[in-house]
Amino acid sequence: MSAVVDTHDHGHDHDDHGHGHHGPYSGLMRWVTTTNHKDIGTMYLWFAGFMFFVGGVMALLIRLELFHPGLQFLNPDFYNQLVTSHGLIMIFGAIMPAFVGFANWQIPMMIGAPDMAFARLNNWSFWLLPFAATLLIMAYFMPGGAPGTGWTLYSPLTVQQGIGMDFTIFAVHILGMSSILGSINIITTILNMRAPGMTMMRLPLFVWTWLITAYLLVAAMPVLAGAVTMTLTDRHFGTTFFNAAGGGDPVLYQHIFWFFGHPEVYIIALPAFGVISQVIPAFSRKPLFGYASMVYAVAAIAILSFIVWAHHMYTVGMPVTGQLFFMYATTLIAVPTGVKVFNWVATMWKGSLTFETPMLWACGFLFMFTLGGFTGLVLSLVPIDIQLHDTYYVVAHFHYVMVAGAMFGAFAGIYFWLPKWTGKMYNETLGQWHFWLTLIFFNMIFFVQHFLGMAGMPRRIPDYPLMFQTWNEISSLGALGFALTQFIFLYNLFTTLKSGAPAAQKQWEGADSLDWTHLPTPAPYHTFETPPVLK
Amino acid sequence: MNVAQHKLEVRRNNSRLFIRLALVAVGMFGFGYLLVPFYYQICAAWNVNALGQVDEKPVNTQVDTSRTITVEFDSNAHGQLPWRFKPLVNHIEVHPGQLTTVEYEVVNERPVAITAQAVASYGPQLAGEYFKKIECFCFTQQTLAPGETRRMPVTFVVDPKLPKDVNSIALSYTFFEVAGRGGKG
Repeated sequence: MSAVVDTHDHGHDHDDHGHGHHGPYSGLMRWVTTTNHKDIGTMYLWFAGFMFFVGGVMALLIRLELFHPGLQFLNPDFYNQLVTSHGLIMIFGAIMPAFVGFANWQIPMMIGAPDMAFARLNNWSFWLLPFAATLLIMAYFMPGGAPGTGWTLYSPLTVQQGIGMDFTIFAVHILGMSSILGSINIITTILNMRAPGMTMMRLPLFVWTWLITAYLLVAAMPVLAGAVTMTLTDRHFGTTFFNAAGGGDPVLYQHIFWFFGHPEVYIIALPAFGVISQVIPAFSRKPLFGYASMVYAVAAIAILSFIVWAHHMYTVGMPVTGQLFFMYATTLIAVPTGVKVFNWVATMWKGSLTFETPMLWACGFLFMFTLGGFTGLVLSLVPIDIQLHDTYYVVAHFHYVMVAGAMFGAFAGIYFWLPKWTGKMYNETLGQWHFWLTLIFFNMIFFVQHFLGMAGMPRRIPDYPLMFQTWNEISSLGALGFALTQFIFLYNLFTTLKSGAPAAQKQWEGADSLDWTHLPTPAPYHTFETPPVLK
Repeated sequence: MNVAQHKLEVRRNNSRLFIRLALVAVGMFGFGYLLVPFYYQICAAWNVNALGQVDEKPVNTQVDTSRTITVEFDSNAHGQLPWRFKPLVNHIEVHPGQLTTVEYEVVNERPVAITAQAVASYGPQLAGEYFKKIECFCFTQQTLAPGETRRMPVTFVVDPKLPKDVNSIALSYTFFEVAGRGGKG
């Protein structure tokens, strides 16, 4: 990418722009009316960060109740509501918006586009989110409270809940609409707005993973919308899709839900793969090993993700043939995932490695996500899964993938791109403390949950037998430490924004995408209004 | 092509792609609903989830008086277990399908409480499949106080499906001491 010629910054007068102002409006209206991809990306990230703390407080309350056996602080109903909201908020309110934020900031800058394809739609996609989040929270103040069904919103519980359930259904509709519109925007931007010479196989891998993620979203989110719409009509309009009293079938809900739900797992994981695929080469000072195989592996994972859904429901009484099919299909996903892990390691092999904060998060991702992948393989096997189904082993497994996978990926991305976005350098020491303490406390929370699960502790229950106490105490103390550690990040973030040292144009020696090579730091409000020419 | 034309062209391409992708999204919403009849067909084809179906055909549960089976009773205490254990009758004649109760007597000869578990075995071995115990002291562990004597029942039915060539069944119980339990049954 060194053979790229910069045609930006060759002074052009203001009349070149299709609009009269050069910078943003000032004040609040800037954020309400903005169509700038950087502003919208920033809003997505702040929103995700806020929801990360809201969902985190819920997790802390859950761990507080689980610190000792018996019921000390929460009644079981409220506990169930917290478990449900924690899941929904972390998935739809924190992780997904965080990566859409990265996409908004980075995709136009990485492909040499002036903005997203549909700038106004982009604004709307974001502003749907706060309303959806408000609905989710409002459910707590309705008679009967928020739904206590678990984030999967399984029937028949969903048919029996109070009006809070309807708030949640509408929230899911709005979240889904936001995701679908955002995805269409991302696909169109990547396919139609690339700078001349930016061929598909030259796209940075982050852009590739988001392209495929966006396709997954367009295909999977509407199915979830359908499932919750069926729930809604079962509740209020006399249909009986899932209501057994009228000949419906609750297991049908599970099949439809997980047809969305498994692709959703990769919707969360793939953008993190993309961030890691940018960070590891930059700090290894080597190009990504096996670029083409990385692209094909992501595509293979995406396709396979649509034919493995029933591994979430081995215990519903499906025929053995079905169990075998889904077991083999699921274990097959280990192959492209293994290709990716191999390529990341091979990228580091004989590289000139340094371990600044983004690289630490990437390495943490590599270790911990792979561990979560292995426990996933364990769970993919029918005879073992029947033992471990709905135990804390499953909870441990998916937190290794969601937290140590997606969230570590998001932190890697934040530390990696913050200098480019703000022009200011974060405090490296605090960043490293944030990483190491998060890593330690993360394992303190979740590693012990493998033991609890194998010993038979069921998930989603606020009480447990005495023999599980020690591991639960360790896990709860870990959660407290994890939460406190995140304030190191907040402190570092705010002091960086206020008084960080200036960052260089190419802050990371090995970074080679257009944003680092072609744009000044901080990235100007408008970039690539004239596309760069790539040879 | 000048810049304005190019911009228009990009905008047109974008709108076209938007419409296509939106159609995919709408189509997938419909696909969710299509899954409903799809799953009903799958379940019908594979015969799963057939809730209305009776699990087993009705069978004749009448006593088959055309056959008489001799049931012989045997009893053992395993190893050093100091229990005297014997059936009150040595053998009995029954018709298949006939509900029958017999009693065993067990005496703990030690001045300490002991817990033991009885395990049944059959001769011929295949008869076990047709020998249905409804009540049995072997269903639970038994704890005997020092010197206690206890009578314990076995209620059983011989399944009329017992193969024709089997005319006699030996039922043998062996008591195994449950080590370490002492009298704390």
